[in-house]
Amino acid sequence: MYTWAVHFFLLLFLPPFFLGVIAKTKACFAGRKGPPLFQVYYDLYKLWSKGVVYSRSASYVLRMAAPIIFSVILLGGLLVPVVGASPIHFEGDFILLAYLFGVGRFFTILAAMDVGSSFEGMGAAREATFAALTELAFFLIVVSLVAMTHSTSLSGMLAWAKNHFLWAPAYLILAGAFFLILLTENSRMPIDDPTTHLELTMIHEVMILDYSGPDLGLILHGAAMKLFLFIALLTSLFWPPTETSFWLALGSSVLKMTGVAILIGVVESANARLRLIKIPQLLIANFVATAFALVIILMGKG
Amino acid sequence: MAAVLVSLLKNQDAKRRCCCGGVFVGSVLGLIPSIQVLASGRSLAQNFGAPIPSLNISLGVDPLSAFFLIAIFVLSGVIALYSLGYLKGQNTLFGSLPFFPLLILAMAAVVMARDGFFFLICWEVMSLASFFLVTSEHEIREVRHAGWIYLIATHLATALLMAFFVLLFKQVGSFSFYDFASFGALSPRLAGVLFLLAVVGFGTKAGIFPFHVWLPHAHPAAPSYISALMSAVMIKTGIYGILRALTFLGAPPLWWGEVLLGLGILSSVLGALYALVQKDLKKLLAYSSVENIGIIVMGIGLGLIGVTRQESITTLLGFGGALLHVWNHALLKGGLFLGAGIIVHVTHTRILERMGGLIKIIPTTGGLFIFAALGIVGLPPLNGFISEWLLYQGLFHGIQSFTGFSIFLSIAGIVGIALTGGLILAAFTKVIGVALLGEPRDQTLYERKKSSWTHTFPLIGLAAISLSIAIFPQAVWPWIIATLQPYHAFILPDPTANIFLSLRFIGSLGFILLIFCAGLILLHRFRIVKLGEKQSVTWDCGYRAPSPRMQYSASSFAESLAVIFRGLLKLDWNIKKPTALFPATAQFSEYSEDRAEANLFRPLFASVANLFAMTRKVQPTRIQWHLGLIFMVLLLLFFWEVWFGI
Repeated sequence: MYTWAVHFFLLLFLPPFFLGVIAKTKACFAGRKGPPLFQVYYDLYKLWSKGVVYSRSASYVLRMAAPIIFSVILLGGLLVPVVGASPIHFEGDFILLAYLFGVGRFFTILAAMDVGSSFEGMGAAREATFAALTELAFFLIVVSLVAMTHSTSLSGMLAWAKNHFLWAPAYLILAGAFFLILLTENSRMPIDDPTTHLELTMIHEVMILDYSGPDLGLILHGAAMKLFLFIALLTSLFWPPTETSFWLALGSSVLKMTGVAILIGVVESANARLRLIKIPQLLIANFVATAFALVIILMGKG
Repeated sequence: MAAVLVSLLKNQDAKRRCCCGGVFVGSVLGLIPSIQVLASGRSLAQNFGAPIPSLNISLGVDPLSAFFLIAIFVLSGVIALYSLGYLKGQNTLFGSLPFFPLLILAMAAVVMARDGFFFLICWEVMSLASFFLVTSEHEIREVRHAGWIYLIATHLATALLMAFFVLLFKQVGSFSFYDFASFGALSPRLAGVLFLLAVVGFGTKAGIFPFHVWLPHAHPAAPSYISALMSAVMIKTGIYGILRALTFLGAPPLWWGEVLLGLGILSSVLGALYALVQKDLKKLLAYSSVENIGIIVMGIGLGLIGVTRQESITTLLGFGGALLHVWNHALLKGGLFLGAGIIVHVTHTRILERMGGLIKIIPTTGGLFIFAALGIVGLPPLNGFISEWLLYQGLFHGIQSFTGFSIFLSIAGIVGIALTGGLILAAFTKVIGVALLGEPRDQTLYERKKSSWTHTFPLIGLAAISLSIAIFPQAVWPWIIATLQPYHAFILPDPTANIFLSLRFIGSLGFILLIFCAGLILLHRFRIVKLGEKQSVTWDCGYRAPSPRMQYSASSFAESLAVIFRGLLKLDWNIKKPTALFPATAQFSEYSEDRAEANLFRPLFASVANLFAMTRKVQPTRIQWHLGLIFMVLLLLFFWEVWFGI
């Protein structure tokens, strides 16, 4: 029961911290001091106490979208193993996880279309496009992991990875591919710019232009949580904690996750955003790389 | 069962109320024995006397029939309620109305027929009844064209099915389904030929790619309540046909399953892709049916591979996913077409680019449409997700236990459903975003009608059934096992406790999600009411005078995905670029065509037409010559029969 509580607590309160870490890293690279580490928490608090402005064009879809998006991500979080097994796990839970994120995307897109701005429609169309492509790579990675671990639940894969700590090439390719999916799904740098909506390549930020107040807070918190879940998946599937004590494992996991967040910051500082035309190519290349890894795994099995 | 038939037949002549009421009563009456059969696992059979020699009206309901009967009766009952309101004042549709109960009767009879000859008759009645319903508005040229395509497709399919049953009859010596099923000695080659005949024949009705070409023409042409009926249940008789045919053909070799799995992947991905680029609301829904049939066929293929390898879990997951998806698709697509009917009713157009902002005029219907779309995209917590989840699980099991080419197909299947999911999500967010949300693009179109009670109530009913399947999938599961067990005895009642448990988890997680969402929305509302809510224009990013025409349109939404797959879509542009310093006109239009239609069927039929044109040249002009020719052909056939047998 108390791991449940810890899991829930981590899920709600840890995610904004990693956004802070990424921002600090980027500031470091740019030679700035940067916002404080806990800036996102202040932002969330501020948004939670502000009033709301809705577009006159918007219907009830926009008004309901933010809570729905937040709750599907939170429920998805219960399926992700952060430290050790997740609170809820069963065969095929990752399918539910992927599709829960799909629900979030569905409503993000709808809410963006709801205000009737061509600008947000553009972002929505791009989101739908890139999501369709990342989903392919995501499921292929899962296929590879299933073929390797003979388990069809995330926690089962984690348990397997714990006992088979390995540096096989296929494993590394998968980890790399997953990292790219993480960047795409969370609209990070080479694909999308999370800090601006004023360029023609933005995707996620432009879709949320018409949220304000607590709505925007929920969206921001949800996005932070989604990033956190992806980071947690990356660390627990590809570099699971081996410590036996729960608190030690928790500590090492958080350290690794901070490492991944710093890595994201580095990638964001070192890379320019790609041209829009190049993004599908990158995503398809990612898919092909994963297919290679899968071939290696299947051949290795004989 | 007889009560159903009588009540349906008796009302054929009558008016709207009588017709629709009759269908409703008949459906409710029919539902009771169907559920009984499925719950008890007992089969019913009834033999009627033969009014014509060699015609044996033999009816029976076994679990497989009952499973499809339930879908037919639930949907036709709901649609009858809907059409009660829909047909009010639609005088052009009255001419074809008697065919509505006839179609339902024929569908029920197709599923219950236990005799090959009788089956074909019912099948033909079903096809013709639906043809007359499709061409209800035959004053419109497009509708006549669609009806024509449908008629040709359905008859080609029937011809193949005749060949199928005649070949079986030649082997078995009887038309009875029971004899077909118990006859075990088909040669593998003949069984293979029969299998292909069944797949193409039944697959045409079901709308499997590339035999689906009639579907995107016929569904938009038909009145909405008929498109709902056809898409939700009539195409499922094709699926029933494939499943039934499989029980005649003995133990399946591996390639059958692989063929079906491959066809399923093809249908689902291409169906979703074509759906994405459509600009016609009902055409888009029709292509989405192709996609869903693809998913069902994938499940059947996977199940067959499982049967070959005697793996009960894979079989159960494959067939189970397919069967459950039959129900789910019927419920959801029925709802979507009925919703589309209301949308067309309000806007008098099917073209997405002219709609917009409808959700403010018809909020309830709009909400229910979004609900059904969420389900058909396969997202939790709705029932569409449950069946896709079963199929995913089956394919993942396949990866662990299959070998060789089947592994490759399972991986392709997983990637295929994932891609389908992404594409269909884009397609349906496009429909909703363009038609229901945003600002109206063409104010002149809209009549401010309130959708009546009979309009929305059926939609609410369908949504409620969908939701209950989604939350209690474990309740439906034993029924699926009961449906499958008579045919694949190695599936034990509960060999898959794990799957069962997972289903329960998913169901209750869906329920938690709903509660949680509702709670959060309420909490949020309270908070916002307390903080204050203001209204303003959409953040306009530098535009001073935003106009509804500047909104993202259906084609621009699909553009970025369509361009990636333009090779498959046969996408074409027509651009007139602005020229000179003060450009006067500029134009851009985009269109796409169905590959199967453009590259397979059109050349095929063109060459057939050429051939016939050639024979017309040598055709004699005098009637005596015609008679002489017919006589000679008969003579030839007679000698053929004498010397060679058929």
